[in-house]
Amino acid sequence: MSGKSLFEKVWDEHIVVPETDDAPAVLYIDLHLIHEVTTPQAFALLKDQQLSVRRPDLTLATMDHSTPTVPVTTLKDLEVVAEAPAAAQIRAMIDNCEHFGIELYGFGSEYRGIVHVIGPELGATQPGKTIVCGDSHTSTHGAFGALAFGIGSTEAAHVLVTQCLLQRKPKIMAVTIDGALQTGVSAKDVILALIGQIGVEGGVGHVIEYLGNPLAGLNMEQRMTICNMTIEGGARAGMMAPDAITLEYLAGRPQAPAGADWDAAVERWRKLPSDPDARFDREVSLDASRLEPMITFGTNPGMVIPVTQPVPTDTGDPSFRKALDYMQVEAGKPILGKAIDIVFIGSCTNSRMTDLRQAAEMIKGHKVADSVRMLVVPGSQSIKAEAEAEGLDEIFISAGAEWRESGCSMCLGMNGDVVGRGQLAVSTSNRNFEGRQGVGARTVLASPATAVASAISGTIADPRELNRH
Amino acid sequence: MEKIIRIESKTLVLPLDDVDTDQIIPARFLTTTTRDGIGNALFADWRYDANGEPNADFVLNGPDVAGCEVLVAGRNFGCGSSREHAPWALVDFGIRAVVSTAIADIFRNNSLKNGLVPVIVDADTHQYLLDNPGITVIVDVKQRTLSLPDGRTATFPIDGFSRHCIMNGIDQLGFLRQQEAAIADFETNRPWTP
Repeated sequence: MSGKSLFEKVWDEHIVVPETDDAPAVLYIDLHLIHEVTTPQAFALLKDQQLSVRRPDLTLATMDHSTPTVPVTTLKDLEVVAEAPAAAQIRAMIDNCEHFGIELYGFGSEYRGIVHVIGPELGATQPGKTIVCGDSHTSTHGAFGALAFGIGSTEAAHVLVTQCLLQRKPKIMAVTIDGALQTGVSAKDVILALIGQIGVEGGVGHVIEYLGNPLAGLNMEQRMTICNMTIEGGARAGMMAPDAITLEYLAGRPQAPAGADWDAAVERWRKLPSDPDARFDREVSLDASRLEPMITFGTNPGMVIPVTQPVPTDTGDPSFRKALDYMQVEAGKPILGKAIDIVFIGSCTNSRMTDLRQAAEMIKGHKVADSVRMLVVPGSQSIKAEAEAEGLDEIFISAGAEWRESGCSMCLGMNGDVVGRGQLAVSTSNRNFEGRQGVGARTVLASPATAVASAISGTIADPRELNRH
Repeated sequence: MEKIIRIESKTLVLPLDDVDTDQIIPARFLTTTTRDGIGNALFADWRYDANGEPNADFVLNGPDVAGCEVLVAGRNFGCGSSREHAPWALVDFGIRAVVSTAIADIFRNNSLKNGLVPVIVDADTHQYLLDNPGITVIVDVKQRTLSLPDGRTATFPIDGFSRHCIMNGIDQLGFLRQQEAAIADFETNRPWTP
């Protein structure tokens, strides 16, 4: 009998009722993250059926998706800064949390922020937990060795009522990353390259476990960037085994275990890494030492190239042609040097201190090009405060960028922050789908470094060139 | 939820790969707190031009759309976000089955809870459906088959539990709630608490 993988260890430990041919497994959920956009219909179901929330204590609530990134000092301001439906949705979240006894990290909370940023920040995200949220980027939390995946609103209702989900066991894909990253190449470039390699359909039906030496050189924020975008490769979850860096990150956080509980937890977490003889359904490897900064050229994250390379040649495929037409790029031609309108640094992919510090360091002493609007949106109010304590906000503002309150912001164009029709944005977010950032918006996904270099030059730029000046 | 045992319908064909949920329903329509009228937003940015007028060449604006319940799409339909608004919008519009060679995991899960049958077929059947829009097909949930007009039949995977729920219009929450004793037992006896 072979050993167990990280995934299998977490899965097995949460089985309430095993799966059979006739019925899926009943899987216990340790942490349910909720936000304002995907829960109203779930709460409505509970109200209709007069049901209660089984474990409000395992439910973590915040507001991020439709919440504006301009200051809301009192709730009376809400209708001034948010469109009526968004304001109503935010008020529904506040009312629902109060009605069902769930603590909400809302306006006025120093912990409010993007749900996938604050879970780890609070120490609620921990190795070995099962974590779900009505949001596909729940895969982020897998960086801690949790099994974390996105669910729909009906499933959110299931978790609210029973703290469980009906699940079939997925397959497991091992992705081994080898080789050291070159200067100017970041975790974002690694995950973009992987999605380019396996395709946006490559991980369907699988959970990915990341293995390989370069992971040890990445901090938790960089690991989260990789797990975050794992869903863009079709896999619902990405997982990384906890190590000393994980423990160092978690120690002392508000919801992390403390004292004897911490020691017991660490003892348990040390057993989580996959056994040497663990079996995987599929194995993929990625040579990180050859990677360059990556940019997308099309309308899904798998349509990605090294920044110095031309757009691939036209295969005649209608989906490919539609994407190039939409993006107004030409097959066989580089997009390096193409004029841009917007730069967005933020989202659950790249809005943490590592990203902001790097961006600030690069932009210091430079100016955002006159033709470019640049938005920097911290992932949480805690990050905002920390960045401001370090003076990063002043660096961004004096360079000509906007500095905002936390939230999903321009990642998905539903909170007032949008890319205009036809405008081209270099964005550190996770999706370059048609219209994702606004109706008719065109999106190039890139690392914070590439985004900053592009903001300064006013064109899509190679961050390694900026470093040379 | 409506019971679905057998669907006989002409097909609508959207011959694009990787159709993401931001296309099925753009994020700006997600500020709703209900499901009412959500079908109006289905494929909004492909269905309507900048002035809000219907795009004549988009499949949902064709003359034979009324009554079509089967949507055939390219590979990896429903990729992207977990928004259940995507299947809600399709169902509200009148679609009851989506056919492809691959359907994204979260979208597939959400579909099965909303009376939208995800039909994953082999590449040959799929290509035939893409090449022959508007043909009448039969999706038989009980038999797990999709039948073409010439009598050819393809099978599609759907686990027994989901099939039972779709065929009887059952909300899975009822089944989960019946597991209460096991859940309480798990919470009491697990070796550590979150």
